[in-house]
Amino acid sequence: MAALESPQPAATATAMRHAFGNVLSVLILVLIGVLAFSIRLFSVIKYESVIHEFDPYFNYRVTQFLSKNGIYEFWNWFDDRTWYPLGRVIGGTVYPGLTLTAGTIWWFLNSLNIPLSVETVCVFTAPVFSAFASWATYLLTQEVKGSGAGLAAAVLLAMVPSYISRSVAGSYDNEAVAIFALIFTFYLYIKTLNTGSLFYATLNALAYFYMVCSWGGYTFIINLIPMHVLLCIVTGRYSPRLYIAYAPLVVLGTLLAALVPVVGFNAVLTSEHFASFLVFIIIHVVALVYYIKGILTPKMFKVAVTLVVSIGMVVCFIVVAILVALVASSPTGGWSGRSLSLLDPTYASKYIPIIASVSEHQPPTWPSYFMDINVLAFLVPAGIIACFSPLSDSSSFVVLYIVMSVYFSGVMVRLMLVLAPAACIMSGIALSQAFDVFTGSIKYQLGRSSNSTDDAEDTNNAPKDDASAGKTDKGEEIVKERSSKKGKKKEREPADKPSVKSKAKKKALVLPLETSIVALLLLIMLGAFYVIHCVWAAAEAYSAPSIVLTSQSRDGLHVFDDFRESYAWLSHNTDVDDKVASWWDYGYQTTAMANRTVIVDNNTWNNTHIATVGTAMSSPEKAAWEIFNSLDVKYVLVVFGGLIGYPSDDINKFLWMVRIGGGVFPHIKEADYLRDGQYRINSEATPTMLNCLMYKLSYYRFVETDGKGYDRVRRTEIGKKHFKLTHFEEVFTSHHWMVRIYKLKPARNRIRGRAKKLKSKTTSAGWSSKSEKKNPWV
Amino acid sequence: MKQSSVVVVDLLLLLLTIAVIATPAFSDLVLSKVERRIDVTSQFARVTKSLKVVNPGSESISEFMLTFPKFLGNNLAYLSVKTKRPLANLSVKKADPKGIPDSISVYSVALPKTLSKGDSLTLEVVATFTNVLQPFPEKITQGEIHLVMLQESAQYLSPYTVESQSLSIKLPNARIESYSKLENTKLQGSELKYGPYKNLPPFSYSPIVVHFESKAAFAVAEKLVREIEVSHWGNVQVTEHYNVVHRGAQLKGEFSRLDFQARPNPRGASAFRHLLARLPPRAHSIYYRDDIGNISTSEMQSDSKKTELLIEPRFPLFGGWKTFFTIGYGLPLSDFLFASEGKRFVNISFGSPMIDLVTEKLIVQVVLPEGSKDISVTTPFAVKQSREIKYSHLDIAGRPVVVLEKDNVVPDHNQHIQVYYKFSNINLLSEPLMLISGFFVLFITCIIYTRADFSISKSSPTYLAKLQWDEVLATLQEVQSIIQKCLAAHDKLEASLRDLSRTGDFQTCKAARKSTDSLLKDLSKELKPLLGFLQSSPSASHISPKVEELVVKEKELQEKLMAKHTTVVEGYEKKSSGRDIENRIASQQQKIIALRQEIEDLLEFIDEI
Repeated sequence: MAALESPQPAATATAMRHAFGNVLSVLILVLIGVLAFSIRLFSVIKYESVIHEFDPYFNYRVTQFLSKNGIYEFWNWFDDRTWYPLGRVIGGTVYPGLTLTAGTIWWFLNSLNIPLSVETVCVFTAPVFSAFASWATYLLTQEVKGSGAGLAAAVLLAMVPSYISRSVAGSYDNEAVAIFALIFTFYLYIKTLNTGSLFYATLNALAYFYMVCSWGGYTFIINLIPMHVLLCIVTGRYSPRLYIAYAPLVVLGTLLAALVPVVGFNAVLTSEHFASFLVFIIIHVVALVYYIKGILTPKMFKVAVTLVVSIGMVVCFIVVAILVALVASSPTGGWSGRSLSLLDPTYASKYIPIIASVSEHQPPTWPSYFMDINVLAFLVPAGIIACFSPLSDSSSFVVLYIVMSVYFSGVMVRLMLVLAPAACIMSGIALSQAFDVFTGSIKYQLGRSSNSTDDAEDTNNAPKDDASAGKTDKGEEIVKERSSKKGKKKEREPADKPSVKSKAKKKALVLPLETSIVALLLLIMLGAFYVIHCVWAAAEAYSAPSIVLTSQSRDGLHVFDDFRESYAWLSHNTDVDDKVASWWDYGYQTTAMANRTVIVDNNTWNNTHIATVGTAMSSPEKAAWEIFNSLDVKYVLVVFGGLIGYPSDDINKFLWMVRIGGGVFPHIKEADYLRDGQYRINSEATPTMLNCLMYKLSYYRFVETDGKGYDRVRRTEIGKKHFKLTHFEEVFTSHHWMVRIYKLKPARNRIRGRAKKLKSKTTSAGWSSKSEKKNPWV
Repeated sequence: MKQSSVVVVDLLLLLLTIAVIATPAFSDLVLSKVERRIDVTSQFARVTKSLKVVNPGSESISEFMLTFPKFLGNNLAYLSVKTKRPLANLSVKKADPKGIPDSISVYSVALPKTLSKGDSLTLEVVATFTNVLQPFPEKITQGEIHLVMLQESAQYLSPYTVESQSLSIKLPNARIESYSKLENTKLQGSELKYGPYKNLPPFSYSPIVVHFESKAAFAVAEKLVREIEVSHWGNVQVTEHYNVVHRGAQLKGEFSRLDFQARPNPRGASAFRHLLARLPPRAHSIYYRDDIGNISTSEMQSDSKKTELLIEPRFPLFGGWKTFFTIGYGLPLSDFLFASEGKRFVNISFGSPMIDLVTEKLIVQVVLPEGSKDISVTTPFAVKQSREIKYSHLDIAGRPVVVLEKDNVVPDHNQHIQVYYKFSNINLLSEPLMLISGFFVLFITCIIYTRADFSISKSSPTYLAKLQWDEVLATLQEVQSIIQKCLAAHDKLEASLRDLSRTGDFQTCKAARKSTDSLLKDLSKELKPLLGFLQSSPSASHISPKVEELVVKEKELQEKLMAKHTTVVEGYEKKSSGRDIENRIASQQQKIIALRQEIEDLLEFIDEI
């Protein structure tokens, strides 16, 4: 009976075990997706479903345009509501990936008659894509080190704070989809490398195309992959699979990348892409060498090598010469400013203040590493070691990836985002290897301890036990896979010692029981600490939408909604074609929320224009009025935090305005605004500072609030307390004074002519004091 | 400005006098007593009149003419005429009789019964006028108070002789800048009284102007879209989009937040900060937002009778300032949906729930569930009707929408409208069923996709490799099952040995060995072709050595077992002592167990492939 029946369940048991494992990992993956999505909803729950910060507002506006006007209008969109009077060709200067993705989702849902607003879709795009990203991480890590590591990496990525900071609900920025695209491209590369399948190579090129559409960070891919290929070649790991993984990617990827308007011919002209072409040539040379080596006898080969090498050298020389010529003649001088500042971290602060002025382009501090990747920082080295045993093509790739991304994150705090997936993959590998070793040793040790008790019993019984256990096991296996497997080991291993010895040989690393248990507990604690930190970071640190501020006071939550208050005021109470000048930070928000034309915005593509606004803000009132008037500006918006203590206001950013303005208009000198190298706004401040427009617009009638003019951000009394505005008038100030909007007074009639300029100057003060009562132009 | 408005008044007066001269007495009716009361405490003028109509003539009369000066008539938002005994609403329509000058608007009222000689009837008229409180001056600064001006006639303008009349104007409790002083004018507190005047001929008119401070919010919704979505799952969702403007005196000059927030005397009396919405009781999931997100400044109080929502726009509204916002709330279906005569009807209020809000253009969209039929609407006043289709939440046919439009809506219009329709409850299930079938199809396709072979080329190397691999796997499984069978046979052998030690019957034991032996031989025959296949197959190159090893080990185990068996049986045959036998087989036993373990390990390894 048993002889006939027992094999049958055994076969099904194997199948069942596979099926069960698959179902379990699918279930875990689904849960990871849910985790990745829901941990990013703190912002919606704590605040509201709203677009965050600055850039997402622009993306939101573009998506609105796309959903309203369709794709063709979008490509041709010339936006005249920004960079007035220059305008901006949006269709040709944005990375369209994010917008197209959200637009497609919106279109799809609406065609199913699920009436979600564009805003809702935009808000939730990032969380959805972080779920995708964690699945992509699973795939990538699984290709490298198996599904255990994959699951661990996926769960780590689902909640890594660095990524959360860029992908909470509402943070509708390029990075939201780009990180997914990045990981997925890497996965497909590794997959192609492992399988050598042209199908995956094509997919890889498509994924790369999506990445190019999504983010400027695609240059990271197109430099990292060639580096890995080069590494493989140098370490003698060349194989046809490598060729298939790389060559189609370069050819198809470059062709596809050139289709994206914002990249266009840059895909072959700028230096960021040259590494890939160089390696493309090298891999062909190597392929040729291997081919010739295959068809020739070793003797002939030696002869051929000398021939090929000499020809190859000549070809290489020519190509390098062409490349150098191209680099020298390419329009950007070879490298874009941001790329250069990556290669030379001091470049931006030396030459491009506008890049240096952005806080996310600064190098990170050590605490920010702990904040953003937390315990992963400690697990990464272990992961690297695990990758070296044994070193495969794919594991060498992730090692290269982590090394490069650590460097880049060290240059720009923003690129911490690229480091995060690498750190997660490494830590996932480390964790899963550690768990393997520890649980394996525990299993083994437990088995041995029960063995010693068994030994005391009649040895004759042992085989009998074994046989019967084997039978019952097979029955159990079907019901409960895991426990029976454990049981099987427990009962079988005690059977005799030689097999144990062979097992011990097989498992290279067997630790004592206590050590493994303690280590396991410590690892679990580490994981728990990570989870707690991530949830805290998601809930407290990274969920604030930054357009709404809250403060917890004794009488409950206080909401500062001043930005939207003033944008709403602008949008409803000014003419639709009025131009609003503000520092560029608020450009995107003004166009998106207030629907008013702005002079400069966060795109910062025209340094001179920004410098003009900076100059106006740093000039005295009259000069500023002239600059603004020449730009057709009607309203000037300043952000002022002195009343409630909001630190990132325009006065704190003012030195950058001076620097950027001074970079183009030399009559603005930073030194004029500093007293002994110190930036002050109190009584020690320089007269230039106290008379500049920014100071005046910020502190206009501020002294009347408390009688002293105490600035809560700078923690000092302001220098110049009582003054009048002659060329501007206050039209709106928000509830907590955070946004103040001034209107340019119209030019005065030139009845008296220029000859009496002096006189008119003296009267202007008196005139403005009476302006409340009779202002003939308003 | 003052100049111009005075000119207007003068002109009007002139026209009227001409009219009075030119128009003959309209009919024989006499108004024996007219009491008028004008309430201007809010932004509109609400006029209530009580008219006692007497027919002294011989003809019986069934029509009554209600007249207003044109500048009032143009701003008439609401007009209702009632009789007290019997209590009835009378139908009113705009009339254009000959002989009445252009400067007078005429409405004709159908009397409930014809008035014959000597009969009398009291009419209660309620009329609401918007835009009749003119801000004056038209532009003020932030610190100034908001003054408005009302023009009316001290005497009731009527085509009939009025025997006795009086007018009282209820002013807000604030400053009164000036008012026209005629005979019998009295100001008592905030109430201004004109009259009584006796025996005035038809079309008597004496203009008055009252100039006073108004603290009311001049909130006007330039456009209000109310969407009422009826869901038979138990909810009525109301969404209201407001475009609100302050229609009072325009703000001129600066707006200073400092002055506005100054204590103790803030400047900005002309602005309004709040709007109060009185929502139906049991309103839930209330939200208040605009294009750019939630507006956090609102308060809600609710009790069993009503829900009060105090909303604060993002910024205080000064004269001429505009804003936009949306409020939305859910209502329990049972409070608003009723059934009558096989039809259902929604009974819901027409106007905005905001207190004292004038709506210049109101669009009410009642969205009925998908599949509603035979739709009809009853309204207490005339509105423009149209139909639309709205697609929402997985609709296929779309939901019928009843669109009602009306201009110049005041709170008096907040009456219930009824939308009748037929709806079968089965339609409720259509969308869930659709979802279920959708997912079903999705899963079915997934199953089919994973089970079926979709490769186009049956000769491509990858496909062949896959086929080969499948074959290898199948062979491996067969090998495994055979080895398992062998192991089972070994178990049987061992069992027979145990029987032997119990019973001592070595004949059966020998028989068992024979049968097992033949079985094992058969099995090893079966194994041979499989092994041959594995060795020849290129894709199994890395497995075949393991399999071979397995088979060899198994063979070894077989031999050892047989040897052991023979030894034991022989031992029994020779009647050796148990201990002796055990000693003899001890070394074999050790090897058997080791082999068995190795085989298990190998099996496990193959299993994992």
